[in-house]
Amino acid sequence: MIEVSNLTKRYAGRTAVDDISFTVAAGEIVGLLGPNGAGKSTTMRVLSGFMPATSGTVRVAGFDVYHDSEETRRRIGYMPENNPLYPEMRVREYLKFRARLKGLGWRHSRKRVTTVMEQCGLADVGRRVIGQLSKGYKQRVGLADALVHDPELIILDEPTIGLDPQQIRSVRALIKSLAGKHTVLISTHILPEVEMMCGRVLIMFDGRVLASDTPANLQRRMAGGSQVIAEIAAPLAVLRSVWENLPEVAQFDVAPGEGEYFRCALTPRDGRDLRPLIFSLARENGWGLRELTRSRHSLEDIYIQVTKPTTEAIE
Amino acid sequence: MRIYWTLLRRELSAFFFSWMGYVIIAAVTLLTGLSFVVLVQNLGTDPSPMPVTEMFYLSFYFWLTLLLVSPVISMRLFALEKAAGTFETLMTTAVSDLQVVLAKFTAAVVFYMIAWLPLLVCLFIIRRYAQQGGALDPGTVYGMFLGIFLTGCLFLSLGCFASSLTRNQMTAATLSFAGGVGLFSLAYLARKISDPVGWQAQVLASFNLFEQMHDFARGVVDTRAVIFYASATFLCLFLTLRVVESRRWK
Repeated sequence: MIEVSNLTKRYAGRTAVDDISFTVAAGEIVGLLGPNGAGKSTTMRVLSGFMPATSGTVRVAGFDVYHDSEETRRRIGYMPENNPLYPEMRVREYLKFRARLKGLGWRHSRKRVTTVMEQCGLADVGRRVIGQLSKGYKQRVGLADALVHDPELIILDEPTIGLDPQQIRSVRALIKSLAGKHTVLISTHILPEVEMMCGRVLIMFDGRVLASDTPANLQRRMAGGSQVIAEIAAPLAVLRSVWENLPEVAQFDVAPGEGEYFRCALTPRDGRDLRPLIFSLARENGWGLRELTRSRHSLEDIYIQVTKPTTEAIE
Repeated sequence: MRIYWTLLRRELSAFFFSWMGYVIIAAVTLLTGLSFVVLVQNLGTDPSPMPVTEMFYLSFYFWLTLLLVSPVISMRLFALEKAAGTFETLMTTAVSDLQVVLAKFTAAVVFYMIAWLPLLVCLFIIRRYAQQGGALDPGTVYGMFLGIFLTGCLFLSLGCFASSLTRNQMTAATLSFAGGVGLFSLAYLARKISDPVGWQAQVLASFNLFEQMHDFARGVVDTRAVIFYASATFLCLFLTLRVVESRRWK
């Protein structure tokens, strides 16, 4: 659906996007992840046809976004950063206006507006003035606008920014429901978001794409050092000697926890799961056990590792 | 065409959904009313051979309205959309740059003409109460409104251009006001030249907005003036279009 090859965008004196290439297949939900200023919004603006690239080509649904601009714009639903809307218009009126701009006929636009308003939970605010809506509702209006012409590709720039947790959850659920029917490209700097919504993550930093994989694969790549945390009530000396003598434990650390419990962080030798072993040890010795978890490397660790400033950048 | 009408409707309604629209209409009505009072006083004291429309024009409230109101009407057209970010959502739909420029300009002109409607009411009042039937000739009224329309087109297209250059409405208004004052001063200079000699003087003479408007107010439609206004408007709109397009220049 999207083919980006060697895309570069330079603003006066600054390179915002530096020679990136990636493809997105139809029906995928892809997250563009990176800190502020990584070039996510610029990439999206080029994709949506708002700005031309300095060099490189971008094709959407087989059309070049620069040369067949109008043709591609018809196929894209784009919600820019900060979700700009006309505050003086009413919700239904705005969506109908947008549908007409996107080339839908009178009858068809009416039908589509009703559909997307239901889809985005706007059915009972249709007569309300946009400027008086809560931020969550405004965000849904923006989403409904992006969906109204039933586009093949939906580009959402930070769709959950500034929302409260409840609203974020409903927006996420909505985006997730688009999978399969539409191709979705989302930008965000919130990690759990891509883990929850996206089938694939592109990590962008400093204008470049540093990694591209499924969230699970990225995690697996880092899984080598996953630790087990166990909180056990037993004498400190006993614990130390037990861990020392267990061949499966490569490294351990015991710290006093609350009350009589000790917090043990154990690193397995060959990536195996230590939890059943610890449980049976506790049962045999009659230790109190109140926590037993395996800490997985979250995407956050990957993100921080990948986006660590290189020595070049520090200079 | 369908997209053009959709855009035009939204641009026009934007004028009526903001307090600014009503302030503009109130201001124009006030100025028209003031000139009406002056006119009635003049008519009451000594009879005059001039058509009523010409007397309206001579009160100079007309130029004040034009210079002050057209920058205020046109300032929000592009600048507000750019500042609010809606320019991005607008330009990423299936609209063409030309449709956007034309729709915005047309909406401004239509609104401007609506703001002038109280003048028509004043003229009807005079016609109703004037002793002589010939006090108000329909020809002079048509001429006057054609003149108002053409000068409005020129000043508003200038305002469109100013608004497309910036994302700040005040800057846009200031720029178009400066442009308007520039045109006004050129017209003032042009009036000084009674007998244009050489091409420079002749070019300058075509900027004599006062004389042209004076003609319109007397019911005289000079083709040269019509062509002058039409081509100057066209130039400003063309420049606006180029500025809007420039976002896509590499």
